[in-house]
Amino acid sequence: MYAWLWRHLPGPTVVRVLILAVAALAVLAACFVWVFPAIAPYMPFSETTVGE
Amino acid sequence: MTRHARREQSRGTRAALGAVGVVGELMITLGVLLLAFLVWQLWWTDVEGNRDQQAIVEGLPWAQPAPTPSAEGPRVAEPRHDEPPVLEEPAHAVTFATLQVPRWDGEPARPISQGVDRATVLDVLGIGHYPGTAMPGGVGNFAVAGHRTTYGKPFHRVAELEVGDPLVVQTEEAWYVYRVTSTQIVRPQDVQVIAPVPDDPGAEPTERMITLTTCHPMYSAQERFIVHGVLDYWAPVADGTPAELLGGA
Repeated sequence: MYAWLWRHLPGPTVVRVLILAVAALAVLAACFVWVFPAIAPYMPFSETTVGE
Repeated sequence: MTRHARREQSRGTRAALGAVGVVGELMITLGVLLLAFLVWQLWWTDVEGNRDQQAIVEGLPWAQPAPTPSAEGPRVAEPRHDEPPVLEEPAHAVTFATLQVPRWDGEPARPISQGVDRATVLDVLGIGHYPGTAMPGGVGNFAVAGHRTTYGKPFHRVAELEVGDPLVVQTEEAWYVYRVTSTQIVRPQDVQVIAPVPDDPGAEPTERMITLTTCHPMYSAQERFIVHGVLDYWAPVADGTPAELLGGA
């Protein structure tokens, strides 16, 4: 998977590494901003309220 | 076995190994994402929570900034023990008070808002007030909830509280200085701790109580840490700042 990605990236090694670093940061940022807040309520340790 | 068959087999083996490799890479990726989730939950929600809650308190036109030592010194509010003003319960998610606890030296004033559900109050606004319980200064039980870890963790240091410690609540009009009377650890379903008379639901309240509820142990939601307190005195905001916040008492 990652080997395939590496083969299909353009440019010399330095450029490929830079592209991958930027992509990884983008994925992480998207997770922090959208994905994690959305899935947090469904985590098993988030059951903090009881019905009254 | 012919040479052709051998080549076929090795091609099949290579495909299988490739599939295993992809599965392995996916699992490593999943592991990294789970680690990232932990970092987000345990660290980033605090960064955001502290920033947002500070902005909320700064956005309250009446919230007092932390008293700064000056030459003449800030004015000390005279304690009053007569009937305090009591606010009406505000609409859901409206911030109506702040909490300052001198024992938690270094902690900022935290906003208190109406409601205790996580999505609209506890995760985003800090401390939440249990709807239907007394308001600050009122006869009964002013019961509030807050995160002990994550989302700004307003009640992170709750276990440091000792009997007699002041809990200072401020509204637009008045300061309410409560004193800790007891702490206890209960199960989440023990909701009688926020009854008008704690642990005696149905009894007619005569005292002006405060109750803090938060998770226990830390990083878990198995139990609840409960702090009870009783009103010591109140003072109009216009009269100055409680001595408890000025390094006195």
